[in-house]
Amino acid sequence: MISLAHYIVLGAVLFCIAVAGLFINRKNVIVLLMSIELMLLAVNMNFVAFSRFLGDVSGQVFVFFILTVAAAEAAIGLAILVLLFRNRSTINIADIDSMKG
Amino acid sequence: MNPQLLQLICFYAFGFVTVAAALSVISLKNTVHAVLALVLTFFSSACLWMLLDAEFLALALIVVYVGAVMVLFLFVVMMLDIDQEEMREGFVKFLPVGLFVALVMLVEMVGLIGVRAMHAQVLGADPAAADGMSNTAWLGQALYTRFLLPFEIAALILTVGVVAAVVLTLRERRDARHESPAQQVKVNPRDRVRLVKMAAVRPAAPAALENDAAQEPRP
Repeated sequence: MISLAHYIVLGAVLFCIAVAGLFINRKNVIVLLMSIELMLLAVNMNFVAFSRFLGDVSGQVFVFFILTVAAAEAAIGLAILVLLFRNRSTINIADIDSMKG
Repeated sequence: MNPQLLQLICFYAFGFVTVAAALSVISLKNTVHAVLALVLTFFSSACLWMLLDAEFLALALIVVYVGAVMVLFLFVVMMLDIDQEEMREGFVKFLPVGLFVALVMLVEMVGLIGVRAMHAQVLGADPAAADGMSNTAWLGQALYTRFLLPFEIAALILTVGVVAAVVLTLRERRDARHESPAQQVKVNPRDRVRLVKMAAVRPAAPAALENDAAQEPRP
């Protein structure tokens, strides 16, 4: 029988995979963006599970808002990426150091 | 077959696919393949949400993410000419530290959330069905009453996102002729046209022309 623990552990596993992805793909901005999408998915998984098991609609409403914000974030992030590639001809993070941060 | 056992088998099948696809997102060499793996991750997550009776969000995930965001990712990946080998640089170097951090985090999280206590909470009746409506109606009723203002702010965020994406990638070409609406609106008519006051006097017509006019029959 499915319990709350199943979904929470799955969410934790997804989140940790995304964190590992941030570490090992340090050059490729696109994979970094995709890792962030994976993290949001893991969080959404927790929200949906808690909403269903506690019988509260707010969790699912919040997932709806996260989806909205993530879509806007992906659109702007990819626009910045295209702009960056047009100006610098690279998306390698090691080469993007003009801000000297 | 026991429906609860069937649900559990479905959960493990979809969960396995989700985790395997997520692992291939971060480890595949080709970025296009990684995007396709992410599509599979989202799709199997949507199936998992279906198991939780969250039909609206599951379908929204497929329509919004697989249909729009992932296609956008694919477009960008294929548009940019990326050197795959250069992107893999440092993959092996950071692999141990990445795995270490992820594993420690996983152990901490699973230890912290108390799996045993949560295991007692089994899947009960669907709360939407208990209220006598579908999941979409349940969600919509909360969205249009208690969460109306956040809902409208979300719409505003999407509009700002669209405008920002267009403004960022809009390229103004120097070699092409174009008009600037802002300058067109700003212009003052007095700078362009000079109105001259003249007295309303009929100019004297030449004599020959007047004779022609006189010979023509009037209608």
